[in-house]
Amino acid sequence: MWERLVWGLVAVAGVPLVLSGYVFAVERALSPFAARRRNALRPWLWLVPGVVLLAGFLIYPVVHTLVLSLFNATSTRFAGLGNYVHIFTERSMLTVLRNNLLWLLIFPTVTVVLGLVLAVLTDRVRYQWAVKAAIFVPMAISLVAAGVIWKFMYQYQPPGQPQTGTVNSFLSTLVPGFQPRAWLFDRALNNPALIFVLVWMWVGFAMVILYAALKGIDEALLEAARLEGATEFQIFFKITLPLMMPTVTVVTTTLVINVLKVFDVVYVMTNGSLGTDVIANRMYKEMFNYNDFGRASAFATLLLLAIIPVMFMNIKRFGRGGRA
Amino acid sequence: MSTAAPAALAPPRRGLEAVAARVAARGLLHAVLVGLSLLWLLPTVGLFVSSLRPAQQIATSGWWKALSTPFSFTLENYGYVLSQANMGRSFLNSLIIAIPSTVMPILVAAFAAYAFSWMRFPGRNVLFLVVVGLLVVPLQVTLIPVLRMFVATGISGTVPAVWIAHSAYGLPFAIYLLRSFMDELPVEMMESAALEGASHAQIFFKLVLPTSVPAVASLVIFQFMWVWNDLLVALIYLAGSPAVQPMTVTISSMVNSYGGGWEYLTAAAFISMMLPLVVFFALQRYFVRGILAGSVKG
Repeated sequence: MWERLVWGLVAVAGVPLVLSGYVFAVERALSPFAARRRNALRPWLWLVPGVVLLAGFLIYPVVHTLVLSLFNATSTRFAGLGNYVHIFTERSMLTVLRNNLLWLLIFPTVTVVLGLVLAVLTDRVRYQWAVKAAIFVPMAISLVAAGVIWKFMYQYQPPGQPQTGTVNSFLSTLVPGFQPRAWLFDRALNNPALIFVLVWMWVGFAMVILYAALKGIDEALLEAARLEGATEFQIFFKITLPLMMPTVTVVTTTLVINVLKVFDVVYVMTNGSLGTDVIANRMYKEMFNYNDFGRASAFATLLLLAIIPVMFMNIKRFGRGGRA
Repeated sequence: MSTAAPAALAPPRRGLEAVAARVAARGLLHAVLVGLSLLWLLPTVGLFVSSLRPAQQIATSGWWKALSTPFSFTLENYGYVLSQANMGRSFLNSLIIAIPSTVMPILVAAFAAYAFSWMRFPGRNVLFLVVVGLLVVPLQVTLIPVLRMFVATGISGTVPAVWIAHSAYGLPFAIYLLRSFMDELPVEMMESAALEGASHAQIFFKLVLPTSVPAVASLVIFQFMWVWNDLLVALIYLAGSPAVQPMTVTISSMVNSYGGGWEYLTAAAFISMMLPLVVFFALQRYFVRGILAGSVKG
């Protein structure tokens, strides 16, 4: 215990010291050179720690994974597109792909719509800070904790016994004749039940960003429409929403990036059983349970391919940002 | 307000009917907002209440029953998970992992961002575009080769492996955010410092870093929370080393081994949530800003 604490303290103080020391050492090492030489060398030395990390732990691994996806389970024999063929033809694999598609379609749509509704509605009440805080809290906790929370919420007891799960108990009280459901075991319900957990976590994010966009709209424009006799619904769909579209796109993109690699929720709550597996969880199993590094790499590559359009969008959008 | 009133004003609705419609609309608005807020809070509240209940009660009745008499709350579950289920050790591990994994990438990124912003060199724009491209790379694409490197060098299953991995993964976003902030620093300030003969290292530590505090603060919160809440990176690179695993990994393995032991799971989950919740309520503005700024990260 104490040894661990001491070690931790050394790391906490040591890391910044070593890194700061590096920068001063660079200036020292450059001092013998002529000014021109110094200015040419300096940027690279300042970039070295970052470039080493990026090249070694992001760029090289991506390339290596692409190569590994074309090899067999133990990376010893070239397999061509064999891993991909397997993923796109084998039944349990197709379920995995179907589920990712399900997440991809449902999660961003529901989250953005709920976020939009909340952004517009909270704007009209005085206790909006409380609503915002309540909705945003789940964003602070880990997906693992969220998984535990919702596994607890979704608990199921056979009919007739007292329902200890909040969802079943709540619905039994509210809806007459409601039969308790095994949310995580029923194949018709388990995927939506899992997807809802991620919605619960991310709605706050969508709401806060969309609210900022809403506040950016010129109030005079809305007032003019009101004077013309437009209803609130017309104003929302004809003026507010079109003006918010760029932000809606940004939020949706973010949600898509995050949902593609959804892992923690599924890993903690069902571990992909009963038709709930997704790419990232299946990849983990291929790595650690089946030791098939070819298939695991092929799954990872699929995630990368799916994200490439966003990557180019970002480069186009952000690349212009810096000074010339 | 618009200056010229339009010629044809819609006739304002009058009378009882209109008032009733307005009241009904307001009522619905409040019902939806209060309902959704409660719905969003209840799961967390339910977890917290349950973590304070005796095991036998958790297994036989819903957590809301604890809110009526006779009250029976206990701290036993917390005592058990902290001492017997390794949550105490894991809490420390989470800290030991998260602090350097936050400081390291932000410092390294600040060096790079400073070079991108205030030094001229060939290939600067191309290199920055590479950083932007790396923003959204899914971690999964790096796991196998990085794990192999860690195994080959013998640091797999140790805390420094996770520090290095998190530093690299957090770097593109940190560089991006800090560069856009440092670009805005006033040229005159930088030039006068250089004229006074300050070296780049001095300018960086005495001028640039202190003025970048708002950006750094958001980044610190974002990166710290990201690492604190991370499961995947720790699960992969610390596999087989329970002694150094953070809380997320410990809890996820408890889910498997304890099955329905909700008294322990709820307490353990709440312990892992305490720090983020405190940070959230204490630094709400920075916290939201950090999360929002960081959302572009892959």
